[in-house]
Amino acid sequence: MKALRRFASLVRHVALYALFLVYLSPFFLVLLNSFKSRREIISNPFGFPPEWSLQNFITAFQRMGFVPAFLNSLVITVFSVIGIAVFSAMTAYLFVRTDWRINKVMFFAMVASMLIPFQAIMIPLVRIYGSLGMLNSRWSLVYMYLGFGSSFAVFLYHGFIKSIPKELEEAAMIDGCSRLQVFFRVVFPLLRSTTLSLIILNVLWIWNDFLLPSLVLISANNRTLPLTTFHFHGTYSSDYGLLMASLMLTILPVIIFYVALQQHIIRGVMEGAIKA
Amino acid sequence: MERVLASEKKFVDKLKTYLLFAGPTTLVFATVIILPFLFGIYLTFTNWDGLSKAYVFVSFSNYQKVLQDAAFWTSFLRTVKYVFYTVVLVNSLGFALAYALTGNKVLGQNLLRTGFFVPNLIGGIILGLVWRFIFSNVLVYLGRTLNIGFLSYSWLANPTKALWTLVIVSVWQYSGYMMIIFIAGLSNIPRELIEAATIDGATGFQRLRTIILPLMVPAFIVTVFLTIQRGFMVYDVNLALTNGGPFKTTELISMFVYEKAFLAQQYGVGQAQAFLLFVLVAAISLTQVYFTKKLEVEA
Repeated sequence: MKALRRFASLVRHVALYALFLVYLSPFFLVLLNSFKSRREIISNPFGFPPEWSLQNFITAFQRMGFVPAFLNSLVITVFSVIGIAVFSAMTAYLFVRTDWRINKVMFFAMVASMLIPFQAIMIPLVRIYGSLGMLNSRWSLVYMYLGFGSSFAVFLYHGFIKSIPKELEEAAMIDGCSRLQVFFRVVFPLLRSTTLSLIILNVLWIWNDFLLPSLVLISANNRTLPLTTFHFHGTYSSDYGLLMASLMLTILPVIIFYVALQQHIIRGVMEGAIKA
Repeated sequence: MERVLASEKKFVDKLKTYLLFAGPTTLVFATVIILPFLFGIYLTFTNWDGLSKAYVFVSFSNYQKVLQDAAFWTSFLRTVKYVFYTVVLVNSLGFALAYALTGNKVLGQNLLRTGFFVPNLIGGIILGLVWRFIFSNVLVYLGRTLNIGFLSYSWLANPTKALWTLVIVSVWQYSGYMMIIFIAGLSNIPRELIEAATIDGATGFQRLRTIILPLMVPAFIVTVFLTIQRGFMVYDVNLALTNGGPFKTTELISMFVYEKAFLAQQYGVGQAQAFLLFVLVAAISLTQVYFTKKLEVEA
């Protein structure tokens, strides 16, 4: 019986680690081939490069315009994510602490709107903001992300703020804090763990998003990292070494983000999914 | 409850407080979601081509065109097929991974969980480009060197196999995400329940079938819902991996709508398709939630 159980455990380990390698193999293959020339890649994608040269990375970095694309992504992601968190937390706070009719209407509309897929509104969205001359701007994109991100964020905060006892806030008000001060000094700090989960989910969404920025950001110097990488692959479609290097360059910032916040990311995904 | 915020008696005070706290959110929500949504419904009744200033009210003719458009329904049914296989495979694999990685002692449990989750950190465009290389170079090389017939040519160029590349990539991409949700669900199952069943002589398989799976129904409601939603709306991987080819055999519905509106410049028809798609997907998802909720049991 014991031998059988040990054998079963061995089988499980072998199967899990084999699958683990299969899951990660695409990334290893891209990494391996990013050091090779086109000819070396075609003759054997599994072979090791004759020398570990960073030349592909340097060339790809320059030709794709990595720095401006990275900065565009960074600016758009940071402002959107912070804006969504702050405005949504304030809104959810008002919705929980007052029982005005408009709150209920808004909250219901926001929760219901979470069912609407982006594709159902992308055409009129482009039409409206195009006719206002607001396309091709990073700030318009940030504005739209605030719109697309706030429903879920308000919903997430709403659930958490309900569980905060209001005595703390009353004490602060008696001490002479204004409503806004109460929110920023007492309530918002208490929401830290929800805010962190929300920020992680939104960073992964906005940093990696493609369809919305591809519709809004038209000129090349506004493009985000995924857009730039995609266009780079269209231009240098047969120079495999460069393509692999550009993919690694695009993947690297996300991996660094992940390593830095590993536990929080898994928890954030769990919370987000369960609430949704 | 009212003491803290609702000290406002007058309407003007209420309005000020509302605008201060919920003003920005209300503005962006109204202008980015509600306005385009309503304007979108209006667009479906016009013949706007994206350029002309003036367009005409055409009543239901756009919807009529969509209903009679064989290409739309071919693409829709292709998407249904893709979603069906994706939902089944993502959820069974995700659950199997979660089941193998909770409870039992597995060496490097966290490393394994992380590894399976990693594809979810990276955008669909990048994943599609990565897999385009795998399918068109690496697997072809493997097939030719090891003489594996079905791998010796690129699946991306084969009209009967190309759709499966999308299924494979989506399963690879989402199974780790669903695994995390299943792990959360599995760790909420009371240990005593499993122990009691074990003492009563239930085998591992019996415990899985009669206790664990029924208690995991709420998790499955979420994961199936998410997989259906994402499956119907997939665009990035579709664009980067196959771009609809070869010969449009992998053009899923989201890409079809995009091309109708932005490339063929038929905004009214495109929006009618997008709106119909939204209604269909909402109906499918809500039906799924309604029927799976009936399977729920109390722990």
